[in-house]
Amino acid sequence: MALKGLDIFKLTPKTNCKDCGSPTCMAFAMKVAQGAVPLEKCPHLSDAAKEKLSEATAPPMRTIQFGAGENEHALGGETVMMRHEKTFVNKCLYAVEISDAMDAGEISDLLSKTKAVDYERIGEHMYVEIISVHHDPAKSASDYVSAVKLAAEAGRCILLDCTDLAAAKAALEVCKDTKPILDGADAGNAEEMNAIAKEAGAVLGVRGASIDEIYDTVVKLEGLGNKNLMLDVTASSLKETFARAVRLRRAAIKGGDRACGYPAIVNTAKLAPGDSVTQSALAALFTARYGSIIVMGGMSYAQALPLYGLRQNLFTDPQKPMKVTPGIYAINGADENSVCAVTVDFALTYFVVSGEIDRSKVPCNLLITDAGGYSVLTAWAAGKLSASSIAKFFQEMDIAGKIKNRTLIIPGKVAVLKGEIEEKLPGWKVVVGPNEAVQLVRFLKDYQ
Amino acid sequence: MPFKGKAETFNASIATLDIGTGEKTIRLGGQNVLPLYAFDASMENPPRVGVEISDEGLEGYTPKLLEYYAGASDVVSIAKKAAAMEGADFVCLRLDSADPNGKNTSIEDCVKLAKEVCAAIDKPLTIMGSRNVEKDGALFEKLAEALQGENVLLLSAREEDYKKVGASGLAYNQKVGAESAVDINLAKQLNVLLTQLGVAPKNIGMNLGSAAAGYGFEYVASTMERVKSAALSQNDTMLQMPVITPVALETWAVKESIVSESEVPEWGDMEERAIHMETVTAMACLASGSDAVILRHPVSVSKISALIGALL
Ligand code: SF4
Repeated sequence: MALKGLDIFKLTPKTNCKDCGSPTCMAFAMKVAQGAVPLEKCPHLSDAAKEKLSEATAPPMRTIQFGAGENEHALGGETVMMRHEKTFVNKCLYAVEISDAMDAGEISDLLSKTKAVDYERIGEHMYVEIISVHHDPAKSASDYVSAVKLAAEAGRCILLDCTDLAAAKAALEVCKDTKPILDGADAGNAEEMNAIAKEAGAVLGVRGASIDEIYDTVVKLEGLGNKNLMLDVTASSLKETFARAVRLRRAAIKGGDRACGYPAIVNTAKLAPGDSVTQSALAALFTARYGSIIVMGGMSYAQALPLYGLRQNLFTDPQKPMKVTPGIYAINGADENSVCAVTVDFALTYFVVSGEIDRSKVPCNLLITDAGGYSVLTAWAAGKLSASSIAKFFQEMDIAGKIKNRTLIIPGKVAVLKGEIEEKLPGWKVVVGPNEAVQLVRFLKDYQ
Repeated sequence: MPFKGKAETFNASIATLDIGTGEKTIRLGGQNVLPLYAFDASMENPPRVGVEISDEGLEGYTPKLLEYYAGASDVVSIAKKAAAMEGADFVCLRLDSADPNGKNTSIEDCVKLAKEVCAAIDKPLTIMGSRNVEKDGALFEKLAEALQGENVLLLSAREEDYKKVGASGLAYNQKVGAESAVDINLAKQLNVLLTQLGVAPKNIGMNLGSAAAGYGFEYVASTMERVKSAALSQNDTMLQMPVITPVALETWAVKESIVSESEVPEWGDMEERAIHMETVTAMACLASGSDAVILRHPVSVSKISALIGALL
């Protein structure tokens, strides 16, 4: 539970030396309680006080880091239940599962299909961040090591889904440098798994037959000094899995119970084996509701396109609109002789407008101007979309030099700008487009 | 030491909305917990899945869809097959052809078709208009009159035509869908206006707006989440109406669902993409607060319906 200012004050030296920048220890304590100033600003705190305070002022959900080099990721650290309350901090990650029960050919095939999904969408690199390696109890430790080696070659982060001590230990020996996650602690093996994970510097995933059992095991592991944990909430039923994901996150964020404040792992491949459509839907559910690592049986473009789009939407900061880079976007094979259409850099506008132009099959140069990430009407009202801003964009981008066509379509909602734009862009014919993007298909076809 | 997390139930509940009559009635809403949180308390009435069909028939349908509807030569037989789809709870008839900028089918013909469809199916009916404000006002009036006693849901009354659509629903005892575009204040205002017209809150459903995953879905999610939160934690009766989301309308129009495989070979089969786009969006809507989603593909309908069952 968060400490009040007075509780913090009691732990300061009460000397009012001002070294922290605050006039008094009391003022400092108040600021720390509000989260306005970090504890480290006071150089005179005793170690005991520091430990007590940093524990008490830590956020309700821990940030857990794993992976090495370009595969380094952070999960957790969330402070709210809903994105509109503030913002989500770390987007969930997707994993594809291989198993030592598959033969090498099957594994390589799955891994190469997984790696084929790799693209960019509004400045975000979309790919499968994690390979989960499942250990089948019928297989040996060396079978597992072979599978882990294949996974390591894929160059992604590794999640070891393994409750067998010998197999886990052997696997960590070959992949510990990649800072993997060892998802394998349960009520029966917690101490031993903890020792293996700690030695290898791996994050430890905790699972259990019930939410109580998971909780117990976490408390036990924390008692052993390990707070580098994740919670595998996958249960035998969807209802229970969903309940665990929500209840644990809620207990951490709203209840302030830090033993619940760890990122959650959800395995959709276990919940719906072999059913890719259901797995996609489950991934959507847990992307929206408190999954941090979502394991799937595979990841095709058909699955990735909606899922990564959904994640990109849900994890944007509600205070900051998504923007696309200003510039010329040639659609349907547009060239210098194709018509131009101008709009704003608000990502949603860009997506809807470019999608509709796509659908019209009419070659068109979509000109995206810097409008601060606002929609057309908002940008116009804020003065960020005006005849001058468009003229400036034309000059900076040398549109007249790059494009020979001299027709410019403007959004119907800013039809009033027509005359002024024509004045500022001599030689250009300005055409007022439709009010809504959905009308663009017909408009462009008719226009053509 | 056991886990100490408590269940989260509210003193207020989502209102109930009945669509259809007699044996074929479905009821939406009624829960006093956040969407799908059946582990906190019963959802009372499960979220429902509707199947959309168009009066323009199977135009633009993908191969597996055509296969499903094989043999259905007219809209009425298409409707029957839609109602029989595994997991389908209701049918949504889209009167696309009524659009004055399209085929401009007459109101009489639309009404005739809607009556035939309603009589032919054993599931409740919702009707989507032409989406042309002027036409819809007159269209819904005649539809509401002709379908008296069927308790259909009219989709939808918007800021521009709520008076006419609301009055039609009121006069002929139909349910009114209030449509706003991802804005909690407009959603509330529209409900207030409709109730001021005399439409009882229990006869109103809300379409809060929808978007495909990746296309500004954060606005849809946050609007729905804020609406549910106001309905439950602040007992805002003007936001307690169940939410009906036409998912297919959005998802089957985005690039991911309509660009052919020959244009983007690495994306693979187009229909497969459309199904995933539809199910992912539908599930995200249900998680955020939809009490009903309207879908198109039999695979999406059966999978989403099964998932709802597994969650409750
Ligand atoms: S630096 Fe520490 S001891 Fe000095 S005034 Fe600030 S809080 Fe008090």
